[in-house]
Amino acid sequence: MKNETQLFESGKLARRSFLRYAGAGIATAGVLAMGCHKDNPVTHTGIDIGIGDIGILNYAYALEQLEAAFYTQVASSPYSGISATETARLTDIRDHEVAHREFFKAALGTSNINVGSLTPDFSSINFADRTSVLGAAKAFEDLGVQAYNGAGYLIQSATYLTLAGEIVSVEARHASYIRDLISNGSFADNTILDANGMDQSKAIKDVLPIANTFLKTKVSASNYGYVSA
Amino acid sequence: MELLNLIEKIDQADPEFKDRISPRRDAIKNMTSFGSKVAIAALPVFFASLLKKAYGQTLSTTTVATLNFALKLEYLEAAFYNAGAASTAVQAGLSATEKNYLTQIQAHENAHVKFLQGVLGTSAVAQTTQGQNGAYDFTGGFNTTTNTVTNAGPFADVLTNSATFLKVACAFEDTGVRAYKGAAPSLLGQQVPLTAALNIHSVEARHASAVRQLLFGRGITIKPWITGANDTGITQVNGNYAGEDATVQGGVTITSLPGVSGSVSTNAATESFDQPLDSTTVAGLVAIFGVR
Repeated sequence: MKNETQLFESGKLARRSFLRYAGAGIATAGVLAMGCHKDNPVTHTGIDIGIGDIGILNYAYALEQLEAAFYTQVASSPYSGISATETARLTDIRDHEVAHREFFKAALGTSNINVGSLTPDFSSINFADRTSVLGAAKAFEDLGVQAYNGAGYLIQSATYLTLAGEIVSVEARHASYIRDLISNGSFADNTILDANGMDQSKAIKDVLPIANTFLKTKVSASNYGYVSA
Repeated sequence: MELLNLIEKIDQADPEFKDRISPRRDAIKNMTSFGSKVAIAALPVFFASLLKKAYGQTLSTTTVATLNFALKLEYLEAAFYNAGAASTAVQAGLSATEKNYLTQIQAHENAHVKFLQGVLGTSAVAQTTQGQNGAYDFTGGFNTTTNTVTNAGPFADVLTNSATFLKVACAFEDTGVRAYKGAAPSLLGQQVPLTAALNIHSVEARHASAVRQLLFGRGITIKPWITGANDTGITQVNGNYAGEDATVQGGVTITSLPGVSGSVSTNAATESFDQPLDSTTVAGLVAIFGVR
C-alpha cells in the first residue's frame, strides 16, 4: 500500500492518472467507450465531472456530497416518531457518507476542479415525515449502488477500483437496512435485483438526471453522454 | 427471445456495447431483418461473432480463473442455504422473518451459481470437484489433507442450531463481499465480467447487512455494517475480518478528515470502508468448509 500512499499525496495519483489518460495510454477500452461521444460540444450548463479516473472520482464525489447533505439534514431534523435505533443507524450512515465525501475531497486534491461544493435541493422531501425521508434514503442508496456498479468498468486504476468497491458495499449495506426499515424483508427484493439475483448497474448518463433533481447546481458528464439541461 | 435478452443484458452492463459492435449500429439495427432471413439455428453463431467483434476475444485465462473462484464461493453459499432450508432443526429455530430473509438469500445464491455457470460455459468448474465429492463440511471441519468431511469443526451444531447457522451465514456473506472486492482488480477493463461481478458483490453486501440485522434482532450487539475488525463475537472467524479495522484508505487517513463535529470517528472510519481480501487468503479461510 505504500505506493498508493505516495501516489495519493496531494492528489498526485489524480494528476498522474489524468496525464496517462491524456497521453499515450489513450488506446484503452475506456476510451473506446468514450470515443463515440467525442464529437459532443464541450460547452454545457452546470458543472462537468471531466474525464478519465478523475472524472469518475468527481462523479462519486458529487453523489457522496448529495448523500452526506441529505443525511446531515435527516440527523439534524429527525422525522417524527423516529426510534432510538433508527436515530443511531441514520447517524451512522450520515457519518459514513461524510467520511466518503471528505475522502474524495482529499483524494482529488487539486484535481477537484469543479464539483467542489454542490448546492442540494431537497424541496421534494418532507423531513418531518418518516415515509418521505426513508423513501428518499432508499432512492439515494439504491442509486448509489447502481452508479458505482455502472462506473466500475470505466475506472483505469486498480487502486481506485478497489476503493470504489470498498465504498459501494457500504452503500449496499445501507440500502439493505433502509429497505428493511420501509418494508421488512425487502433488502434485496425483485424491485431492485434482476432475475439473476444481481444488482442492476446504471450508466452515468442515467444516474445524473436523477441526482440532478436533488441538486440546484446541475452536474453534467459531457464525456459520458449526458449534458444537463 | 433469449438472444435479444442477452444483448439487452450486455447493453445494460456495457452501454456502449451496440456502438462497439458497429459504430453505426448497423449490426443491431438489422437484427430483426437478419433474424427473419437466417435460420434460427444460425443465431448463436452470429451472436458469437458479434461478441468477438465487440471484444476481440473470448474470456481470458485470468477472467476464467477469477470467475471460477467466484463460482466456487457461490457453490458453497448456495449449498449452505440449501442445507439450512432442508434442516428441520434449523427451520424450527427460525422466526417467520428470519425464514423469509434466508429464503430470499438462498434463491439469490443459487441464481448466482446458474449465472456464473452460464457465463463460464464449458470452462465452469464442476460442483462435484468441491468438498468430498461435492459434499461440504459446514461445521468447518473439512480435512484438507484427505479431502474428507469430518463434521467435527468449530461450528458443530451449524445444521441443528439456528443461532449458529445465522452466525456462519454472517461470516460467509461478509467474506463473500471481501472476496468479490479483492477479485475486482483482476477484471479491470473487462467490462462485462467486471460489471457482473460488481452487481453480485453489492448483493452479497445487501445480504451481509440483512443477516446482521437478523443477529441484532436476536439481541446480539451488531450493526448492518462492520465496526472495527471482527465485530461478530465469534472468535473462530477472526481471520475473516482481519484488516476490516483499517483507517487509512488509499493513503488518506480517514480519522484525520473533518467529520460532523471534530474528525471522523474510528468507528465511522472503519464502518464506511469495507476491506478487500485476496483470493489466496479467501481460499485459506473457506478451505475448512471444503472449498478447493
